[in-house]
Amino acid sequence: MSSPPTSDDDGGSRPDSDASSGSGSDSDPESRSLLPETRWQRDVILIFAMLFGIYALFALIGVALDFDTNGILNVLREITLFAAVYAMLVLALNLHWGYTGLFNIGVAGFMAVGVYTMAILTASPDATAPGFGLPLWVGIVGGMVMSALVGLVAALPALRLRADYLAIVTLGLSEIIRLTFQSMQFSNALEDTLGVATNGGSGMNFPGTRGVVQYAFYRGGDRTSEPTVLGDALFGLAESFDVLPLVVLGWGYNVVLGIGVIAFYVLLVRIANSPFGRVLKAIREDELVADSLGKNTNLFKIKVFMLGCALMGLAGILWQGQTGYTSPHEFRPELTFYVFIALIIGGAGSNTGSVIGGLVFGTLLFQGPLYVPRLLQEGLAVAGVELGTPPNTFYDAVLPLGSLDLLPMLAYATASTNVSYLRFVLLGVVLILVVQRRPEGLLGHRVETAAAVDLSNRSRSTATDGGNPESTSPVDEHDQESTGGHSARTADDGHGLSAVRDDRDSSATNGGHDE
Amino acid sequence: MSEQAAGSATETGDRTTTGDESTVVDSPPPLRVTDLEKHFGGITAVDGVSFDVHEGTLTGLIGPNGAGKSTAFDCITGVYTPDAGTVEFNGEDITGLEPFEICNRGLVRTFQIARELEKMTVLENLMLAPAGQRGESLWQSVTPIARRGVAAEERELRERVWETLEFFEIDHLAASYAGTLSGGQRKLLELSRALMTDPDVVLLDEPLAGVNPSLEKKLLERIHDLREEGYTFLLVEHDMDVIMTHCERVIVMHQGRKLAEGTPAEITSNERVIDAYLGGEV
Amino acid sequence: MCMSAIDTLGRGNTFVRTHPSLSLVFLVGFALGVDLVHGLYTGRIPLENVSRLFWNGLLVGLILGLAGIGLSMTYSILNFANFSHGDLITVGAFSGWSVTYLLAGAGVTEFGTRLLIDANLNVTVLGDPVAVVAGLVLASILTILIALVVDRLVYRPMRDSSGISLLIASIGVALVLRHLVAFVYRAHTRGVTGSERVDILPVLEGTGDVSVNTATLMIVAVALMIGVHLLVQRTKLGTAMRAMADNQDLALITGIPTERVVTWTWILGAGLTGAAGFLIVLERGTLDFNIGWGLLLLIFAAVILGGIGSIYGAIGGGLVIGLTQSLSTIWIPSDFATPAAFSLMILVLLFRPSGLFSGVTTA
Repeated sequence: MSSPPTSDDDGGSRPDSDASSGSGSDSDPESRSLLPETRWQRDVILIFAMLFGIYALFALIGVALDFDTNGILNVLREITLFAAVYAMLVLALNLHWGYTGLFNIGVAGFMAVGVYTMAILTASPDATAPGFGLPLWVGIVGGMVMSALVGLVAALPALRLRADYLAIVTLGLSEIIRLTFQSMQFSNALEDTLGVATNGGSGMNFPGTRGVVQYAFYRGGDRTSEPTVLGDALFGLAESFDVLPLVVLGWGYNVVLGIGVIAFYVLLVRIANSPFGRVLKAIREDELVADSLGKNTNLFKIKVFMLGCALMGLAGILWQGQTGYTSPHEFRPELTFYVFIALIIGGAGSNTGSVIGGLVFGTLLFQGPLYVPRLLQEGLAVAGVELGTPPNTFYDAVLPLGSLDLLPMLAYATASTNVSYLRFVLLGVVLILVVQRRPEGLLGHRVETAAAVDLSNRSRSTATDGGNPESTSPVDEHDQESTGGHSARTADDGHGLSAVRDDRDSSATNGGHDE
Repeated sequence: MSEQAAGSATETGDRTTTGDESTVVDSPPPLRVTDLEKHFGGITAVDGVSFDVHEGTLTGLIGPNGAGKSTAFDCITGVYTPDAGTVEFNGEDITGLEPFEICNRGLVRTFQIARELEKMTVLENLMLAPAGQRGESLWQSVTPIARRGVAAEERELRERVWETLEFFEIDHLAASYAGTLSGGQRKLLELSRALMTDPDVVLLDEPLAGVNPSLEKKLLERIHDLREEGYTFLLVEHDMDVIMTHCERVIVMHQGRKLAEGTPAEITSNERVIDAYLGGEV
Repeated sequence: MCMSAIDTLGRGNTFVRTHPSLSLVFLVGFALGVDLVHGLYTGRIPLENVSRLFWNGLLVGLILGLAGIGLSMTYSILNFANFSHGDLITVGAFSGWSVTYLLAGAGVTEFGTRLLIDANLNVTVLGDPVAVVAGLVLASILTILIALVVDRLVYRPMRDSSGISLLIASIGVALVLRHLVAFVYRAHTRGVTGSERVDILPVLEGTGDVSVNTATLMIVAVALMIGVHLLVQRTKLGTAMRAMADNQDLALITGIPTERVVTWTWILGAGLTGAAGFLIVLERGTLDFNIGWGLLLLIFAAVILGGIGSIYGAIGGGLVIGLTQSLSTIWIPSDFATPAAFSLMILVLLFRPSGLFSGVTTA
């Protein structure tokens, strides 16, 4: 699974790898940026190391809570789901905010457009909320296209706004979208005109994306029918470890999500390591400069906004679309903020950081706290203390504190809904601390050069000169003679700019047919 | 100060003789500004300015602070849309075009306060500039086969970038973030980045402001080298010495209008200039 | 409707050419106005409907305006969009009503139940005037305290950060405040006020009876607005605040003690916000921990419409948003009332980001 990002790009930078892999650049990663390729390999290792570390932690939690194999696998399945969907969403947002500086806080809205479009396209015409009954892939493509189009509509006027205004406009748009899907009047109007419906706030059913896995594992995609060859093999293998078919199915979908994350990552890394990504960074840093250097910044921003929205739509489809049911309540603005928190933790501007941010957020911060109450109970039980029924109110929990009895408060704090409140408090605190203490997040500090090749590595023989900066002459050495010196240089080896100009002209003409 | 300027102008007259060969007057001038006007609210920043910049020259645009030099620059390069007047570049009317359209026609600018892209390395800054890179297409950047062509082009560009960096002697800073450079280095970076766009005419907005003397000398040497290679420069400065020493032609602006135009010698002997500008400063 | 549209277009030709988008907004507004008059004349749109909607919109507008002043102040003086503003409203509502309940229900129910606003007391202004006034005052004070603590812990260490960093931090603050309230008070929606209705405006049918609570909201809101106006216009502090809103660097150079102005901004802004939170509940009669968050975007809409930094703008913007939300239902399905208000906000941001009333004096 770790190979695709690296192997896919061999056309891009393989020719340089020999030159730099032996140059000992590892020893000084800050001053000389690494080849994208070596960095990728290390990053992929980093990501998987973190993933398996987190798996180990949650497996331990499962063991501590006396879960059986199926239980533990289910815990891991669930955190994998959250890690994967957040990784995808964060990658998409990183394209907007981390790379281009577009402060889009309407992520939930663009997800909703994708999911609902997919739902309307694929839902059965006979359902309570009827749809067009089209195949799943049409729904997925349609959802992405629609998200991109809504992104275009938002982008056309909004991109000239300053960041905080863009934030409010995108948030407003996302709320308009949510309220529209929540509206029964909208659903009725759809039914009158197109014969499809969204069913307002009660949500709608449609064939979920999980169906893909069922089709792979069961003949005809029906869980009551015979398993396919693949299904048979996997179920058989699972059975020998007492793992239920349902758990296998769940992990099957995780594979789909994993492929999704890899696809997002490869796409985004390619964009990052390209002239296109370089222009995006320039827009983020100073749009007027990019404009004055001949880049049609608005066109770039529109493209990026559309692409990012399409990816948000796809991530939404893979996440909210999996169960075959969606409702407007899933797309509250809080969801957008979670994605932001994950991006900021990982480090805006870094794709690897985005994946790690999604991973850490989806597992440790979002799902982790929910296991705390039971762990606490188990822990106290070992110590021979019983937590007892939680008090009904905060007041009843506070009163015993006067007599130094902490247990009622602990019980109150670990009651299920209260834990989720405290989890949001924790998320808020983490967000504040990261913004205050480490605004660049985990990986945002890295120098990630936006180019399709390693810029520090010159392929020509003059590379020795360029590679050793100290050898160039300091300013003071050039005196009156410098002009003469330069023309001489121009004449002999093409160091002067006139030679550069010639190179450039020829490269412009023969650009179409290089090796 | 004015006396000094006048003195050095005659003294270094020999230095600017190279301009003679390059002033071929037959073809239309690369840059022609006619009756340019720009108002901000009730204030007229540029009030009917006309001038030509001839091919292969280093032309100076001078005037006291608030004379409208930078605004004129912004109107020429598309940052502002002029309220009246035209800007012609190589015979084409470019008035009111977007900055990127103007740049892609071969007219590039630098900024008064160097606007480097801080969280991008010096290399990235330069790699950004060349026009029409095939990798600027989203599609070509992400599809496997097209990406090979992108990488090949990137390698070619990389050579040019390193040569340019060496030419400006900032190659030792290649991997640093532009934001970590000193003021003078930023000016060098900006000029080198502007040249990477393959311009015909370069507009320099106070390239020497805040630059230490040794770097200033280096920058001016580079500008002269480049002019000899056929680049045309329009230079905004309010340092008289620099303009009078290094430019073949000088345009003087005052209170939004063009006060005078001519060779440094003509300018230093122009009564109106002395009254309005040089006289005022002593 | 179509005819009038074409007429207007013809007459305002030059304006249309110079301000195409803005004229479209005017055009739509004008057409709707004509349609409204026509509808009222023919009886297609019942008068009592319109007056009810107008009254309702006015009330919502007043609430948004009052709640928006604090946001507008912090936006212009501290230079960031405070996403935790809505949750300061929530803090004000809960803390103030805790106090009111403690006083109003003394001896009736348990202390703890009253503290957590879980007793069913049906408080009214006339029935428990002292409790309501005390609640209002303490809502302000407690909200100020919370805001100052938040400023000390979160925003002050970040004074030099960009507006976007502060905005992001404020999202964190919003999450913390809202869910702490939920942790303490739990999530259920509670009814807190009783209703006593008196005829205040017998002139218009359908608006005849206004509850005393609603009337109180309106009177106090207007009084607070006048108070802020006087404070900002007549005091040295107000001058300093206006100076800082205009140009922070300049204010720093001219020796305005910026930190003190910042503190006072929070005191004023949070005080008004807390009071607004209390009053909103007085009018609505119900309270839950999402009350402020739900209003946040509408308040942003009001502040943006009025022009960020302008106190009168916030009030005016609040009224426009309230009336838009309410009157739009004459033409569009009621589900789209709020989207209509958001759309108006987006249009203003796109075409007139300095606000509808820019050019008028700012406070």
